[in-house]
Amino acid sequence: MEVSFQLPKGHIMALTGPSGAGKTTLLKQIAGLINPETGRISFNSTTWFDSDLNVKLPTQQRNIGFVFQDYALFPNMTVRENLLFALSKGEDQGIVADLLKDTGLTQLSGRKPFQLSGGQQQRVALARALVLKPDLLLLDEPFAALDHIMRHQLQDLLLKFQQRYQFSVIIVTHDIGEIFRLAEQVAVMDNGKLVSFGTPYEVYLNKKTPSGHLIIHAEVLSCQKQNNILHVQALVENKIRELELPVEMEIQLLPGTHFTLQYGTDSPQIGIIKTH
Amino acid sequence: MDLQPLWLTFRLATITSVILLIIALPLAYWLAFGKFKGRGIAEAIIGMPLVLPPSVIGFYLLLAFSPSYWFGAYIEKIFGLRLVFSFPGLVIASVLYSLPFMIYPIRAGLQSLPLSLREASYTLGKSEWDTFFKVLLPNCKPAILTAFVLTFAHTVGEFGVVLMIGGNIPGVTKVASVTIYNEVEALNYTAANQYAMVLFAITFVILLIVYSVNNSLLRVRQPS
Repeated sequence: MEVSFQLPKGHIMALTGPSGAGKTTLLKQIAGLINPETGRISFNSTTWFDSDLNVKLPTQQRNIGFVFQDYALFPNMTVRENLLFALSKGEDQGIVADLLKDTGLTQLSGRKPFQLSGGQQQRVALARALVLKPDLLLLDEPFAALDHIMRHQLQDLLLKFQQRYQFSVIIVTHDIGEIFRLAEQVAVMDNGKLVSFGTPYEVYLNKKTPSGHLIIHAEVLSCQKQNNILHVQALVENKIRELELPVEMEIQLLPGTHFTLQYGTDSPQIGIIKTH
Repeated sequence: MDLQPLWLTFRLATITSVILLIIALPLAYWLAFGKFKGRGIAEAIIGMPLVLPPSVIGFYLLLAFSPSYWFGAYIEKIFGLRLVFSFPGLVIASVLYSLPFMIYPIRAGLQSLPLSLREASYTLGKSEWDTFFKVLLPNCKPAILTAFVLTFAHTVGEFGVVLMIGGNIPGVTKVASVTIYNEVEALNYTAANQYAMVLFAITFVILLIVYSVNNSLLRVRQPS
């Protein structure tokens, strides 16, 4: 893996790229759950890992929060116990009550994880990761399994907590909407390498960056010619959208066809999305 | 019916299972997650009692425990304990003989837990020790229960090893399985049947309880 970047303190960075690009591995290396073969990881002025100096700060001492893709809630503990687990004996439990309240989990605090919905479990996972007031919060595709509304609610919750506690965030996500909503920086990885880094605008919308394109995957539902323009009703991420495309493409766009559109690259722009 | 062999059998099985549980927890953890060379060798040694004839294990233990050889002589000199034809010897032999029955289910239980549970615990600042006792073990209760009962039942059913190193001393080493054999040898089928029936019934009840408890533990985890 060849990755090098710096994240300003208190910023939110999205980490994205195709499956197998090494995003989760990088996240776990930052957390100290896996050690890189060579390299250096430092946070503020502390070195967490340095292969040359043989420094390996254990995960427990890095003061990070980690939200796992599968939530990783402890099945034997209630919601409240999951949060209390992070505290040492005799520590003030006020933060647990506060977090339960802020995540709307107070009523559910006596339940076991299996009695909760996916969105509720993810809120517990987020709250638990914040109990120790981490300096850096790492999230591995945290909202991928949730529906649209729940995803937005949790994104808002994450932003609220981030603004309140001012921790830095690295979030692995495939959702470009999420990147624009949350992140100030985005790092695009492919095949273990960092291929693009910058603000979401620079990476996705500014034509000058190497991988600057917005890709839309869609499925044709119906296709109509009108005034020399092709009106295509297409399914984009489970929503019906109308696209206006050149008439010459009619032959390629039979109902049921899956297609990809690229925007903002050096290649010609071939259509506009109208949102209903 | 003389109840002493039955009492002795269950005492032996209980002591053996408790000792093995204590030994097996760290060993199972080590086998499940440890990074070390020679894992194959360790697994082969622990698994030997599964495939070796009990008489082979009994024979070597008999030699080892005998005061004529260095191990037996050493134990006798240091602890004043003669292991051959004695109850402590029987316990040690049972512990070795039932080792895989305790370790394998617990190891499988530990390995079946998602890796993220351990990782989550570490990111919450918890040590390996805390993670093991507060997160991993409570979440593999069915595996631990299964391991305990398998070990218990396996010790109750032990015959070859006991005969080799324990002999047949009433109240000391004469367990139920050996008693049944003796009664059959003496053509005393009624007595043999009584002992056999008791073992049969108790074993069935234990297994019934275990599977019922395990099913209810597993049912609790299923989302409704």
